Amino acid sequence: MANSNTARTKAAEAEQPQSALSVIAPAVGWLIPGAGHIIQRRWLRGLLLFISITALFVLGLLMQGHIYKANGGDILDILGFIGDLGAGGMYIATLAVNAGQGAVAFAIADYGTKFMIVAGLLNFIAVADAYHIAIGKKQ
Amino acid sequence: MTLHLTHFSAAFVFALFASIVFGITHRETARDMVRYGLYCFVMFLGGVLVAGWAMWLIRR
Repeated sequence: MANSNTARTKAAEAEQPQSALSVIAPAVGWLIPGAGHIIQRRWLRGLLLFISITALFVLGLLMQGHIYKANGGDILDILGFIGDLGAGGMYIATLAVNAGQGAVAFAIADYGTKFMIVAGLLNFIAVADAYHIAIGKKQ
Repeated sequence: MTLHLTHFSAAFVFALFASIVFGITHRETARDMVRYGLYCFVMFLGGVLVAGWAMWLIRR
């Protein structure tokens, strides 16, 4: 039973076309939140994803949130870095202008740090969704 | 420039944007997306209120 299900799943995966879009859409979506949907003509979804993820990230910065770097510190720093990295272009731009480097000195700044991590994690979900649309698994 | 949000307004903003993303990415049709987004929003804010009152009761 389990074997037949596995075989069916593998067969279904083999049927799904691996177009260039299935690589480009997630890559563009990672760089600019929602862009992976927009290039596949899901205009409203892409716009809402862009607004939501960007707003969370920018609000986090305005709340004096801290942004993590790939410095290989303790495990929580590494997890924070992975979350932040999901924000793609915004993360790169933030590092480029040297923002988000302050110490977390009050509660709101801690919320801001979490806002930016969650923005990155939500963008990972949006990237996966863009990929599923590109391979035809979702409309 | 520093933005100062209250705990509740921060939770509200967080719930709003996270719910929009969850709704879009976890459901297939537009109607289901809206319904699931609203469900997530209510659960987020409901959870905040329940946790807040629970902490208030524990503190007393």
